Amino acid sequence: MSERQIQIEVLRYNPETDIEPTIQAYTVSCLNEWVVLDALNYIKDNLDATLSYRWSCHMAVCGSCGMMINGEPKLACKAFIHEYSDRIRVEPLVHFPIKRDLITDIEDFIAKFASVKPYLIPKEKRPISDGEYQQKPEDLLKFKQYTLCINCMLCYSACPKYGLVPEFIGPAAISIAHRYNQDSRDGGRHHRQEIIASSEGVWECSFVGACSEVCPKHVDPAGALQQVKLASTIDWYREHLMPWVKK
Amino acid sequence: MSKSNKPIVWGLFAAGGMATALVTPVLTFLTLLTALHFTPSLFTYECLHTMASYWIGKLIIFVFVTLSLWHSAHRMRITAHDFGIRSDLLIAIILYCVAAIGTILTGFSLLSIH
Ligand code: FES
Repeated sequence: MSERQIQIEVLRYNPETDIEPTIQAYTVSCLNEWVVLDALNYIKDNLDATLSYRWSCHMAVCGSCGMMINGEPKLACKAFIHEYSDRIRVEPLVHFPIKRDLITDIEDFIAKFASVKPYLIPKEKRPISDGEYQQKPEDLLKFKQYTLCINCMLCYSACPKYGLVPEFIGPAAISIAHRYNQDSRDGGRHHRQEIIASSEGVWECSFVGACSEVCPKHVDPAGALQQVKLASTIDWYREHLMPWVKK
Repeated sequence: MSKSNKPIVWGLFAAGGMATALVTPVLTFLTLLTALHFTPSLFTYECLHTMASYWIGKLIIFVFVTLSLWHSAHRMRITAHDFGIRSDLLIAIILYCVAAIGTILTGFSLLSIH
């Protein structure tokens, strides 16, 4: 197994003692098959126990290890060392306030995510005795891709619009709203539209497309947002030009 | 939160995007051919003039010209924002006014062709 000496430069910030974040470098001999998260774990276990960062699954499922790696939003558990040179810069996800070291404050995202009602709102109450909902494979296909989101927030860091306009509800939250809107069991679209068809909603997006580029699960949030724009535009013309047509 | 009125301009932007993506490359190519003196007979002045004298011809030209205008206006508004120019309302008013004036002028000039 080949090994390489890698300089890992990590952004450090302790709100109790530091006025500003600083960069601290650690030299780690990394196995070639390591991911950046392995290097961080090595530092934490052997060199500096004070280093703080989030992680859990080590397999791109939990979505907690998002960070800027050489300036790009990445999952640390999916960023292979062999794809990098001998110096790797690791920083917290941009566009979020730093809490400590690589840990960001994600309250804003959580609130926006919750605001779009990311759960099934059934069309009408059904007694349990009616049995389960039936769904055809083609019904599932309409939204399956959007269920793969792991809320890692890489898309929020990649999105220049979110950086400019912090009120923007953002790629992941609008995509998950779209996921439920597309679900044949759901009847809550008009509730969600109030939020996502607002100017802080989908209309803040200018289709830069960076969200889809960085998405580790290939959700294609940019595509979802375009579909939401089209559907919202049809809604608008319906409501304003044909108000007599029932929704 | 209230629903945004952006769909008015976005609808024109999207339709214009489709139209320009399909038609503009062809027009550019044909213009280039004409510039090099290879004018296909269908694209001579007389031919195009005759086309514009029919209602259906007027309609086609009107739709493509104006949609392209609205598309460019909206695209430039977004680009300005992306470049960090923050007076969005002013920019929007100016650009949409240009598109609106262009739409009216296109209408008038097409109507004057008999
Ligand atoms: S540790 Fe779970 S996604 Fe990276």
